[in-house]
Amino acid sequence: MADGIIALSYGDLVLASLLILLNAGLSFILRLRLEGQLLIAALRMVAQLFLVGLVLKALFAIVSPYLTGLVALAMVLFAGREILARQERRLAGWWTYGLGTTSMLMAAMIVTVLALTTQLQPDPWYHPRYAIPILGMILGNTMTGIALGLNTLATTIGRERVAIEARLALGQTWREAFGGVIREAMRSGLIPIVNAMAATGLVSLPGMMTGQILAGAEPMHAIEYQILIMFLIAGGTGLGVLSAVLGGAYRLTDSRQRLRLDRLHRTEEG
Amino acid sequence: MLKIAALRTPNMAPIDLDIGGGECVAVMGPSGAGKTLFLRAIADLDPNEGAITLFGAERGKFPAPKWRRMVTYLPAESGWWAERVSDHFPKDGAVGEMLDRLGLSEEALGWTVARLSTGERQRLALARALLLRPAVLLLDEPTSGLDETSIATVEKVLKARLAEGVSILFVTHDERQGKRLAKRCLHLKQGRLESEETWQTA
Repeated sequence: MADGIIALSYGDLVLASLLILLNAGLSFILRLRLEGQLLIAALRMVAQLFLVGLVLKALFAIVSPYLTGLVALAMVLFAGREILARQERRLAGWWTYGLGTTSMLMAAMIVTVLALTTQLQPDPWYHPRYAIPILGMILGNTMTGIALGLNTLATTIGRERVAIEARLALGQTWREAFGGVIREAMRSGLIPIVNAMAATGLVSLPGMMTGQILAGAEPMHAIEYQILIMFLIAGGTGLGVLSAVLGGAYRLTDSRQRLRLDRLHRTEEG
Repeated sequence: MLKIAALRTPNMAPIDLDIGGGECVAVMGPSGAGKTLFLRAIADLDPNEGAITLFGAERGKFPAPKWRRMVTYLPAESGWWAERVSDHFPKDGAVGEMLDRLGLSEEALGWTVARLSTGERQRLALARALLLRPAVLLLDEPTSGLDETSIATVEKVLKARLAEGVSILFVTHDERQGKRLAKRCLHLKQGRLESEETWQTA
């Protein structure tokens, strides 16, 4: 497989970076005022990728279950922060971060370990060359799903307050009263992966599959991997969205089946 | 029948109240006095402390939804969760009769909620609550936004319920209306019970 790779030199990268400078130049001339951000983002990307490259290189050399687990945990915690950053309205206190992170941890771990111990079976099963990239792909998508699901839950419950309380006041259970909102939140968390599966191959060639092909893999091998990954992502997203949205809904009611909007973080409009 | 002892929330000082069967009590006070909070606390819609019994049975003994079907709160702003009016009502014969008594046509069930006027919404929400046949009604400004004819119709229906032994606690800004329905009035101010007044009329 490695025979097919065309290795890049630093000179090649410098040449490609001229495109970024060209963009920055355009931004300056057209007064988009994006040139600063653009250059900083490009530099960040380079630095972050170099660091990741070094970390992965070290991890692959050591193949330690503890170090691999530690890196996996760090990835989950960063993803949890990203979920928090994507909320227009969140649960008061640490609940959004806690729910998002634990749901993601549970879903991504179950699915990743399942794939590593059954379909892929590298030796050892926790080999970081497989564990880390697969976890990363699952995590990225599960994170998006959970962020959307939790955000929809919080904003919709805030918006539908009068209707939900009308149902509760008429003696309906919180399950009946919250049902529509919970379904809407779950749907919004799952739609991206459904759309991604529907568009894959026609509109977009997934990055992982493209990467394998560039690295010299047989196209048929690459698509098999891609299909596996998409199933894993869908499974992880489903589990993660389910547990995060249900957890959030539980948090917004109590033992007397009230609507506890006081447990949502306050916003300017109340 | 309904006994309330030291009912309180973080924004409401303790209130005691006994209401007998068939009794109506008015709740009055400036806005922000805690009238709505008081009714919501009785229905257990906000966290609250204190003891409430209905026919001698403690509130905590009932699951919250069951309690709210017996002690039903009707908010000032009606809530709707489906597009069609009919989706908010049970499918039985009592609905048509109830709408008729409140001066609404049964055709209203086929309408969408979006086309209802404020007054129609208010009366439909009242019909929805009355159909549960609760023992206690907690009504938050039940006739605001209604014209005089509709107000009279609603009051007639409420009086019929009182005659059947239902207790009513209702918030109003109109003292004349209070006196038409109730013999007692609670005056709330700044989250506390300021005074209780007995009306001789009615």
